[in-house]
Order: sequence, then structure tokens, then C-alpha cells
Amino acid sequence: MKKIIASLLLCTALIAPAAAMAKDVTITTTLDNYSGRDAYLAVYVTKPDGSYDSTLWVAGSKQRYLGDLRGWISAMTAAGMTTLNLDGITGASIGSGQTLTIHSNLADTLIDAGYTIHVESAVEQGGEYPDDAVAPITSAPQQVSGKGYVATLSVSM
Amino acid sequence: MRRLHSLAGLAAAVVVTFMAITGAILSLQPALETASARAWAGLGSVAQLAGAVATNLPGAERLTRSASGMVVAYYAENGTQRAAQIDPATGGVIGAYEPSGFFSFITELHRSLFLGDRGHAIAGLASVAIAVLAVSGILMLVKRMGGWRRLLGQVKGTRSQRLHTFLARLALVALVVTSLSGAFMSAVNFGFIPDGTSLSFAMTPQSSGAAPAAIDSLPALAATPLGDLRELVFPAIGDATDVFTLSTAHGQGYVDQATGALLSFTPNNFWQQLYEAIYVLHTGVGVWWLALILGLGALAVPALAITGTLIWAQRRRHSVRLEQNASWWSARTVILVGSENNSTMGFAATLHNALVAQGERVHTGPMNSVRAYPAAERLIVLTSTYGDGAAPASARHFLAHLDKVWASPAPSVAVLGFGDRSFPNYCAFAEVVQAALVARGAEPLVDLTTIDRQSSQDFARWGERLGEAIGVPLTLSHTPARPASQDLVLVEREDFGCEVQAPTAILRFAAPNGQGLLARLGFKASLPRFAVGDLVGIIPPGSDVPRYYSIATASGEGVLEICVRKQAGGVCSEYLHALNPGDRIEGFVRHNPDFRPARNRKPLILVGAGAGIAPLAGFVRQNRPGRPAYLFLGARDPASDFLYRRQLEGALSENRLTSLDTAFSRVVGGQYVQHRLAAQADEVRELVAAGAQIMVCGGLDMARGVRAALDAALAPLSLSTAMLKAQGRYLEDAY
Ligand SMILES: Cc1cc2nc3c(=O)[nH]c(=O)nc-3n(C[C@H](O)[C@H](O)[C@H](O)COP(=O)(O)OP(=O)(O)OC[C@H]3O[C@@H](n4cnc5c(N)ncnc54)[C@H](O)[C@@H]3O)c2cc1C
Ligand SMILES: Cc1cc2nc3c(=O)[nH]c(=O)nc-3n(C[C@H](O)[C@H](O)[C@H](O)COP(=O)(O)O)c2cc1C
Repeated sequence: MKKIIASLLLCTALIAPAAAMAKDVTITTTLDNYSGRDAYLAVYVTKPDGSYDSTLWVAGSKQRYLGDLRGWISAMTAAGMTTLNLDGITGASIGSGQTLTIHSNLADTLIDAGYTIHVESAVEQGGEYPDDAVAPITSAPQQVSGKGYVATLSVSM
Repeated sequence: MRRLHSLAGLAAAVVVTFMAITGAILSLQPALETASARAWAGLGSVAQLAGAVATNLPGAERLTRSASGMVVAYYAENGTQRAAQIDPATGGVIGAYEPSGFFSFITELHRSLFLGDRGHAIAGLASVAIAVLAVSGILMLVKRMGGWRRLLGQVKGTRSQRLHTFLARLALVALVVTSLSGAFMSAVNFGFIPDGTSLSFAMTPQSSGAAPAAIDSLPALAATPLGDLRELVFPAIGDATDVFTLSTAHGQGYVDQATGALLSFTPNNFWQQLYEAIYVLHTGVGVWWLALILGLGALAVPALAITGTLIWAQRRRHSVRLEQNASWWSARTVILVGSENNSTMGFAATLHNALVAQGERVHTGPMNSVRAYPAAERLIVLTSTYGDGAAPASARHFLAHLDKVWASPAPSVAVLGFGDRSFPNYCAFAEVVQAALVARGAEPLVDLTTIDRQSSQDFARWGERLGEAIGVPLTLSHTPARPASQDLVLVEREDFGCEVQAPTAILRFAAPNGQGLLARLGFKASLPRFAVGDLVGIIPPGSDVPRYYSIATASGEGVLEICVRKQAGGVCSEYLHALNPGDRIEGFVRHNPDFRPARNRKPLILVGAGAGIAPLAGFVRQNRPGRPAYLFLGARDPASDFLYRRQLEGALSENRLTSLDTAFSRVVGGQYVQHRLAAQADEVRELVAAGAQIMVCGGLDMARGVRAALDAALAPLSLSTAMLKAQGRYLEDAY
């Protein structure tokens, strides 16, 4: 099993101004065993009202296929975004049965406050799953199963 | 160019072969898909198909259509997404969609060897390697054939060389297309070339919000022919403001689910169109016949890799090492070599290396590559003579190319001719070359010198004189390498012609029965491989130079048969005539692939006299019954030297031989074969007009007479033996 460890350094409002007001969060996404090419994943956060907040990680680097992550794109569009800087928050696409692990530094204000983590998946010449797995950000560990390529999504801190 | 071709070929052989085989397998996919997709009997418009699918699969979310016409619908069922293959004719469900695991596996192997980006890079480099090989290969072939117009002419050379060129010419276009398109796709994959896509944050337009209309009535979908569809994403169920997202061959747009209006449409940009076109060229998706052609082309690659490696190995084994071969534009001394069987090249290499050892900048190359040499002070030409005073292979285009060089290629020249005094036109081509250079104003450094039968002493003496003339001490010591020989045992001999002063013997040799350990273990010595018309070289005791004899059998027959005419005072022929069954000689085979009947059903005209009948009798024995074969045979007296008489009469009755026309010179009203040809001129003309191939074997005098008779017979057709020779339809082995 390949582990992709990513450290989020600087990206959005999520980043706590001081360490004392933030927590390390580990987001682990494991894919099913499926046949087909490696999956593209978008891991992003929505606000309590369901609107887009920020992107944590995008697995898969070819622009050609990122467009297939429609739910994520339309959430960003609806939030009025016009450009996206993926510097430092992209990596390789994820193969069948593999696990993506993201370590993120989340501000205390986001925890137990109705924010949600979404994982969207798409496979070239295969399926597309907006909201493949969705888990709330809570101080209690969460584990949910996905409906598409994602087998499990777990969030712990 | 050859170095580039060989290096790229050897380095890439394995990977390229791998890519070609996987590519050839993948080329079957479009045809299989097209066959199974029932593709072209479509409903006509996207509206009709989408309407039918929405009815048959209530949870339909997305509809895709591949280039081969296969339609797949993705739909939600109990919260999970499923895929179904759709019949494009009815919109009905054919069954669950399962992508072929086999083809996905091979595709991934082909794209990346399961090595991720490293694999992608290897695949991309393999594409570039095939492109480099194809282009350098064409350039080599153009040079070899003597110009673009002759590119499709007949190829000479060993079996590997002919097969290599044959396959390369067949597969070239397909290979250039697949390799360049593959390299392009690889460059896009690595971002060296833009693919034209970008993440778009344009607001998705919204439907008017009115009640959704029936899908098959929506105008924008009805206006899109099914053949253009790539993907249709249905609006989210229950969201009246959501839209259809429609991707077609031309671009992407949105369709209002109530009014069916096209809300916005972004046409594909240049890079997207280019990528799509190249993608189709490479994969043949949707154009199954293109895919199959490309696949067949790819199948040639393994064979090209093997024959190419064989050619490279042969060349290495035979090549002589040139130390520091300078470029043609910087060399002070240029050595040009005219050679048919490379023995002259060995002498040239000795000269080259001796000059380099004295600190000279020397360029050595074939005479066919002659051009003006800007830095050269002197040009040294070493050339043999072939045929009947004609140029050897590597000098065949010398005179034509020299015409294009203004003045002499270098201020002063020295010409050294290699030949054999037993030929009437001894070193005639060297004389022609010397005259042509002097006529262009070159200053001779030393007189034209000739070397008889590769004499090392003559060569060393010439070297001393050349050294004095150019002020460089030269010691040339070159002993022609003897080819590796093998023991042959005489098993049988038949004698003819003693009564008519033309003693000729048919000698049959076999591999010796082995002795020692290997033989006791059951390893039998075997004959080398040869075919009828190949030559056996025999080095008689007391001589350094091999004599050649045409072989009348193929190695499969288990004997090596030659026919030797005894020459008064001839070293080798007398040695062979003195052999008794059981005696051993040493010999080696020299392949003579140009002297073979063409592999077709066109008539054969065989002309030979004396010992020259031997290979022709072999060709007759191997002829397929029914292929017309006409043999003109010359001898002295039917009672004494009618060689192969019983065999040839047998062939007539088996229909392997159509007619046997004999000419005997020592009987009343004696005739030579050329007289028989003249008498049969009408029939010969008809046969040639029907595509016949002529093969002549025997003495030089006979060959000259035969050529004259044939030229006279062919004149009414505006044809000549020279023209037939250029087409490979007039073959001559004369000595
Ligand atoms: C492609 C090819 C195919 C051939 N196929 C055949 C074949 O199938 N059958 C065949 O019989 N031959 C064939 N030959 C010819 C053969 O190779 C020899 O050239 C021939 O047998 C004579 O060789 P030798 O050693 O007997 O004569 P050499 O010793 O080489 O002498 C050659 C000639 O010079 C004369 N000569 C030699 N020494 C002297 C001297 N001191 N003084 C005066 N004259 C001298 C000889 O009389 C002879 O005529 C072929 C040649 C070639 C190039
Ligand atoms: C079929 C044949 C024809 C030949 N014709 C001539 C000829 O006409 N004049 C001549 O001087 N030498 C002739 N030779 C002898 C060659 O020129 C001589 O063997 C030379 O050294 C071969 O050099 P190469 O191996 O570099 O081609 C002939 C040799 C053969 C095999």
C-alpha cells in the first residue's frame, strides 16, 4: 500500500494564525479495489451552509481530467471563485486499493462547527462520483464509507 | 547516418519491440468495439437517444459515446452508480457495462508499463526512437538506391538486408504515423505541448426554472447528431434550475431543460482539436481499418529489430577498423574505396591507419559518396573491377556523382586498381576512374598502379612510392584475411569432356564424418548453409587467394556439388581435378543472393555453357512443375561433355523444364548458345514481354556473346539487357 503524505502549509482560512488555536487533523481516504485507471480525487471543505470553503488536496495533475471533478468545480464556481492555485496541494492520482493520507492544520473554529469534508472521485473512462464520501469535522474521530471508488474516509485529530 | 540508425536501433530494440507488440494487440480493439457497438444504425439525434435512455433508466446521470460508437449510460440505483451499455439504435439497455480487463491491462502496459511517469517517459522515448529509425532508415535507403526516384527499386544484399528493406518499405508510413503521434501525445502528457484544456470557472448557466420538457423534444439536443456526441450530463433530478452539459466533437455547451435552448457553447480550441486528431491517428479509435493498418505496421517492428540486429552483427564481423576517421570537410587526405566484396576495403583501412599513424587527418568512405572536399590536398582511390570491366557495388554511382562535382574533388590524386589478370578487362574500371579525374584537372601523384589478385607485395611497393610522393613515410603491410574455412570430403566425381579437350568434373562433397568425442556423442559435422547459385571459395595449397565455384545444390540436399573445368596450368582447377573420393579440401561458402530466380511464376530463361550449366541445372531441379523454364545449354560434343543430360531430360518429363535447347560446337555445323538465342529471338522476345527473367552463367566470352544476341532480340521491344539488369531480370555470373 502506497501512502501519500502531504503537509498543508499555507492555503486558506483554515490555517490557524497560531498553533495554540489549531489542531492537526489526519484525513485518510482508502479506495476500493476496482479495475481501471488511477482515480482523480478532490478533497475539499464546505461551510455549515453547504457552500464551498477551501480545497485541501487534489490527487491527479492533468488539467484535462480535473474538469471531470464536476461537483468540486461547480461548488467553487458558485462561491464566486475565478482562479485556483493548486501549488503545494496536488499529487499523483490514486490507484485501486491505495490510500491517500492528508495531514492538515485546522483552526479550532472549524471543529465541531458544522464544517464538512467532501471527497469527489473520477476515473478516466470510468465513473464520476461527486460527494463520493462526506464526513463532518468533529473532535470525535469519524469514519464513513464511500459510494463510489472510495471505500472509507476517516477523519481524526 | 548508419551509425545513428544502428545505435538508436540497438539501444531501443527491446523497448520498441515491446511497444510495437502491445500496440499491435491494441489495434484490434477499435475493430472489435465497432463490431460489437452496432454503432452506425443510430437514432439520429442526441435528443431521441437521451429521451429513450431517461425512460429506460430513470436514474440516468450521464451518457458517453466512444469514438467506436459504443454508448454507455451511468445511472444511480439505490444510491450507487452503475454503468450500462446502451443500444444506440433503440436506446435500450444491452447489459451492464464492463470495460475489457484485457485491453485495459494492455493499454496500461503500452502507455506506461505500469511504471507511472517513468513508464510514460520510456514509452515516449520509444516513440521518438521509432521516428528517428524510420527517418534515418529512409535517408539510408535513398542513398543506397541512388536517389528518391529509385527508392522502390530492387534491393540487393543478404537475405536479412532484403527482408529488412522489404518490411521497412511496407511499414514505413504506418510507423511514422504511430511514432510521431505517440511522441506528440507523450509531449502533451508531460506538458511540453499544451493540450488546450484549462479549468474553467465560468458560471454554469441556469435553466429558466420552468417545468422540464420531454427530453426528446429539446431543440438543442435534437439539433445534435448522435455521431457528434461525446458526453451528456443530465441535470440533477429535482433541480429545475440545473442544465444538461453537452460535450460534442466540436466543443462544450449547456442546454436549458425546460426550453431546450443552447445556453452557451465553447468551441474546442486549436490545441484540443489537434490533440483529438492526433489521438485518432495514434489509436485508430472509431476508424477500425486505420487501427488495423497501424497494427500490421507495428507487427513489422519485431522482425525489423531482428533483421536489423543480424545486419549489424554481420557488418561488425566483417568490418575493418578505421582509426579516427575524420569528417569529409576537414580531412587533408581523402581515401575513396570501390569494392564489391570488401577485400579492397581491407587494403584501404591499412592505408588509412598508416597515414593516421603519421599524424594525417584522413577521411575514408565509399566511392559513391564522392563530393568536393574543401580541405583535401589529395584524393586516393582504391577500386576493384567487376563484371566485364564494370564498377563494383560501392562505386556504381561514382561517375554520375563526379559529374555533379565542380572540377576535381581534390587537387591531386592517386588511383590504385585491384583486379585479376585472368579477366580480359584487367582493372578496367580503375583506368576509367583515373581518366575521369585527370580530365577534371587533378594532378596524378603517382602513376595508375594495378594489384593482381590482392598481392600484398605489389601493395607494399605502391605504398612506398606514394609515401615518397607525399612526403610521408608509409609502410603498408596487409595480408588479406582468409575467411574461416571448413573441411569438405569428396564423396563422388563424374568426368566429362576429356575427348574434346575440355576436361570438366562434377564434384560432390559432404561434411566429413566426425572423429573424437563430439562425433561419438552423436554430434555430426554438418555442411554450412548454402543455396543453389551460392559460391564455394576454395584456397588451393600454395596460393593465398580463394577461387570461387558455383554451387549446384542446396545444403538441404546433404551434398555440395560443383562443376569444375580444368584450366591448363590452373592451380586450383588442377588441384580439384586430382582429387579422389575420400580426399579432403578446405572451403567456405560465399552467399550470392543476387543470383537467384525471382520468387514468382513468370518464365525463366536460363543460358549456360560448359561448367556454367551447374547452378542452372540446380535451379531446374528446384523449379516448381508448371513454371515455364527454358534452358539454352552450350557444350562441345553431345557424346562427351553434355553435362547433366539425364537430369535435364528427367526434368522435361516432370514439367520442371519447358524446353531444352542445346548448342554443340565440335560437331558438324557447330553452334554456340548465342546462336540458338538468335534463332529463337521471337520466342525470347515474347517471354521477356511476359515478364521473363534471364539468368546467364559461364565464361566471359560466352556471356558477351549472349548479351549481344539478347540485345539484338530485344531491340524491337526497346529493351536491352542493361535495362533488364536494372530491374533484376537479367542476372549474370560470368568468370
Ligand atoms: C563468381 C565465379 C564463379 C565461378 N564458377 C566456376 C565454376 O562453376 N566452375 C569453374 O570451373 N570455374 C568457376 N570459376 C572460375 C574459377 O574460380 C577459377 O578462376 C578457375 O577454376 C581457374 O582457377 P585456377 O586456380 O585453376 O587457375 P589459376 O591458377 O588461377 O590461373 C588462372 C588462369 O591463368 C592461367 N595461368 C596460371 N598460371 C599461369 C602461368 N604461370 N603462366 C601462364 N598462365 C597461367 C591458367 O591457365 C588459367 O587459365 C568461377 C569464378 C568466379 C569469379
Ligand atoms: C565475377 C567477378 C568478375 C570480375 N571481373 C574482373 C574484371 O573484369 N577485371 C579485373 O581486373 N578483375 C575482375 N575481378 C577480380 C576482382 O576485381 C578482384 O578479385 C578484386 O580484388 C576484388 O576486390 P573486392 O573484394 O574489394 O571487390 C572479378 C572478380 C569477380 C568475382
